[in-house]
Amino acid sequence: MGLLSKKDIKLITDPLADNNPISVQVLGICSALAVTAELKPSIVMAISVMFVLAMGNTVISLIRNIIPPKIRIIVQLVVVATLVIIVDQILKAFAYELSKQLSVFVGLIITNCIIMGRFEAFALANNPWRSFLDGIGNSAGYGIILIIVAFFRELLGSGSLLGFKVLGDSIEKTGVYAYGYENNGFMLLAPMALITIGIIIWVQRSRNIALIEN
Amino acid sequence: MEHIELFFKSIFIDNMIFATFLGMCSYLAVSKKVATAVGLGAAVIFVLAITVPLNWLLDVYLLKDGALAWLGPEYAEYDLSFLSFIMFIATIATMVQLVEIIVEKFAPSLYNSLGIFLPLIAVNCAILGGSLFMQSREIQTLGLAFNYGVSSGIGWFLAILAIAAIREKIRYSNVPAPLRGLGITFIITGLMAIGFMSFGGMLTGGDEEKTTEQTVVVETTQQKVEITKEAIDIAKNEKEIKE
Repeated sequence: MGLLSKKDIKLITDPLADNNPISVQVLGICSALAVTAELKPSIVMAISVMFVLAMGNTVISLIRNIIPPKIRIIVQLVVVATLVIIVDQILKAFAYELSKQLSVFVGLIITNCIIMGRFEAFALANNPWRSFLDGIGNSAGYGIILIIVAFFRELLGSGSLLGFKVLGDSIEKTGVYAYGYENNGFMLLAPMALITIGIIIWVQRSRNIALIEN
Repeated sequence: MEHIELFFKSIFIDNMIFATFLGMCSYLAVSKKVATAVGLGAAVIFVLAITVPLNWLLDVYLLKDGALAWLGPEYAEYDLSFLSFIMFIATIATMVQLVEIIVEKFAPSLYNSLGIFLPLIAVNCAILGGSLFMQSREIQTLGLAFNYGVSSGIGWFLAILAIAAIREKIRYSNVPAPLRGLGITFIITGLMAIGFMSFGGMLTGGDEEKTTEQTVVVETTQQKVEITKEAIDIAKNEKEIKE
């Protein structure tokens, strides 16, 4: 039996689709909607959440037998807050423009329901290695939805991806713009993120009938 | 009037749900019935009204750059703002515990119907988001901070009330199966957010203000030019007199 058994691999792949934290478990929606106007902040946000969730899951799992039950939530909050402060300081030091763009949403990783949700549902009852993998899996599932939403919003809203203008230049009218195509500025506004996720949920539940509610 | 402007701005234009998506998790989870939605909304207003001013005091007298100057001049250089997250969340957790005790004593039926969601207000993005936005927008006075807390809470309350009422009504509608429940709620919230964007022009006034501003600017620069010309002439005359 190697380091990654079949059950362990499931911990990573399940949250990518069938048990996706955003579209199935309904957690972590707040930041998923707010930062997805462009692709770059979304990728940075997904990586930050991955760091906090994987490390946090491991730490909580390591101390799970010595936390007194009454102050469980406070201990979890302290662990998450510390990790988020680290992430915030690293971002401010190495990617200042990006951290200004993400503004308060880096701090809001603390209250990201996915993190507390996974602590309660998994880390408190499983060993550190499996908790680490669970953290990676759930944050990957979160990251995928973020990247898909940001991909469509940036592509349709500003005609660029990661800052590179992929559809041609809208001012010089090259590329697709020569045929009369215009950027749909509406996609950059807040409500379209909600509607995009609604459509993603629609597609996901059409393909996997077991997820449909009654 | 700053207070009135902040009040209406935080409810309609910077609505916590529709503009910044804070507090979506409990918004989606509790909005199945209007009664529980009202209860949770009221609890959120109460918690925000208490925690935002408290965190403002913490920020201004403890955490900001140069905030510790009241202790003594040697402390004026300290910048403890990196501790904001942990201090804010500690205040919030404490206050929520207090609210829980009060609700359990004075409204036990509400306590039972809210169940797990009352302690979950502590990790509601809306509460921490209220404090963080208060910090990043640099709200100036305690009164404005309290105003901001109450009005953002009212905005959140309006949003969850509206979606709960709509979800109750569409329970017997013909929604396609994959969209039932979560999917249609997302799309309806998106449409409501588009609707709330119509409030965007509410507090910025009309176009007449802008043009009068411009003419004033032009006049003062002309006056400046005239005055400098006079000054140059006077200086020249003085030189001539000296010679």
